[in-house]
Amino acid sequence: MRDNSDARTYPMTWKKPPYIKNSYIRGSIYFFSALYLAAAFGTMDVNWTRVAEGLPRAERFLDAFFPPNFADNRGVVWDGIQESIWMAIISTVAGICLSVPIGLGAARNLAPKYIYLINRAIIALSRTFPEIILAIFAVKLFGFGPFAGFIALSIGTIGFYAKLLAEDIENMSEDQAEAIKATGASWFQWINYAIQPQVMPRMIGLSVYRLDINFRESAVVGIVGGGGIGATLNTAFDRYEFDTAAAILLIIIGIVMCLEYFSGFLRKRVQ
Amino acid sequence: MLRIEDLNKKYPTGDEALKDVKLEVPKGQVMALIGPSGAGKSTLIRCVNRLVEPTKGKVFLGELELTQLSRWKLRQARRRMGMIFQEYALVERLTVMENVLSGRLGYVGFWRSWFRRFPGKDVREAYRLLDRVGLMEMADKRADELSGGQRQRVGICRALIQNPDLLLVDEPTASLDPKTSRQIMRLINELCDERSLAAIINIHDVLLAQMFSKRIVGLEQGSIVYDGPPEDLTPEVLTRIYGEENWEATIGKVEEENEEEDSTISEAAS
Repeated sequence: MRDNSDARTYPMTWKKPPYIKNSYIRGSIYFFSALYLAAAFGTMDVNWTRVAEGLPRAERFLDAFFPPNFADNRGVVWDGIQESIWMAIISTVAGICLSVPIGLGAARNLAPKYIYLINRAIIALSRTFPEIILAIFAVKLFGFGPFAGFIALSIGTIGFYAKLLAEDIENMSEDQAEAIKATGASWFQWINYAIQPQVMPRMIGLSVYRLDINFRESAVVGIVGGGGIGATLNTAFDRYEFDTAAAILLIIIGIVMCLEYFSGFLRKRVQ
Repeated sequence: MLRIEDLNKKYPTGDEALKDVKLEVPKGQVMALIGPSGAGKSTLIRCVNRLVEPTKGKVFLGELELTQLSRWKLRQARRRMGMIFQEYALVERLTVMENVLSGRLGYVGFWRSWFRRFPGKDVREAYRLLDRVGLMEMADKRADELSGGQRQRVGICRALIQNPDLLLVDEPTASLDPKTSRQIMRLINELCDERSLAAIINIHDVLLAQMFSKRIVGLEQGSIVYDGPPEDLTPEVLTRIYGEENWEATIGKVEEENEEEDSTISEAAS
């Protein structure tokens, strides 16, 4: 460790080493990405006359929306909302109940390899299909109505919640887990004392977030026959009752915003 | 109390963490295990309670052979071995009381622990231990509200409430300041004396090891290269354990440092 700094000259410039070392590969990635993007935008066929025709139509549409009609003469809006809230709540609860064992099994640091793979496959499968596709299946299987929507949303919840739970468990502190294991705790006690306290705050926040998503999705699954406010909204459009449709949309926005605020508040509190 | 015979551990990466380690710790002895980082100190104590599975060799706790135990039997055996960790390893979002009581998990059923309904004598013992280490008022605080020294004392309570025969202590002072380190080491020693517990203390601070234990074992690259009293730790021995360095300042002065500032812990104890 001799100080020979006098004997040498040191460079006065320094550049951060590039993430991709090979300059040839780096260059071609930039080049082809740019080329593809240019070509992709170039092929998009924008018909400006149709856009021009569409704008006044949008104006007529908006005119029909206003003023929103909250009168709800046949009581269908209120029924639809109640049904959606009910669907959102029970599908969230059922989905989370199913997610907990699947999430535990899908955490690499808890489960043996084959259980891990099975559970990861379940999660991957339920994530592959968006709620609307699941709802189409469920309607085909169980017929029109909120039960189909409930099934679709529950399965969608598994893909979301179990995956995030598994990832949270994989990121937990090994020390704490080791310490509880060293006391001679059983597996379930270990989960309860070492894992649960570490993942709980995030999981509570995510469950409210999922409730929010499920409420919004209930409007979508209703359009394909899954019941709830979506069915009401669809009917309103079909009957050209745009003022009622506007009222429904505003109510959905209102409820989603309330849930959003509530989940943010809750997440802050449970940290 | 503890007998280790020809213990080997080879990690899947090919690292040989332990090579034919033979070690015996009698009842009531506090033994310090020193050695450079990566020498296998942590692996050694984790092979005893099988948080790490040894590759070969035998470990006896009293008459019980640990390495062949079934999962159920292993759980029961782990109750007899309290462990104290480097970064305290408290469950941070649980209360101090829950952390202490978690030392009883091996003794109570699942539903009791789930509802936090521990037997009265466990709760009393938890309070007694917390009082002993001067943290009676902290029982309902969350573990992450405590300072480093306080957390380590909770960690000690958690290990002791198991009512163990052996303490496995992994770098208890590595994250603490020098004064708190001494207090913690003194506390561990006092408690081992009171209960005539055997203990293995991994520690990389040679001076602390000399101050607080009567037997020092040096581990280097998975093999024991020194086993003897603290007075015999000469520069030659330290070089054998750690490699070439100027050791003159590290050794000696054991007696002077021992009677230092009185700690809050000793006050709380009396």
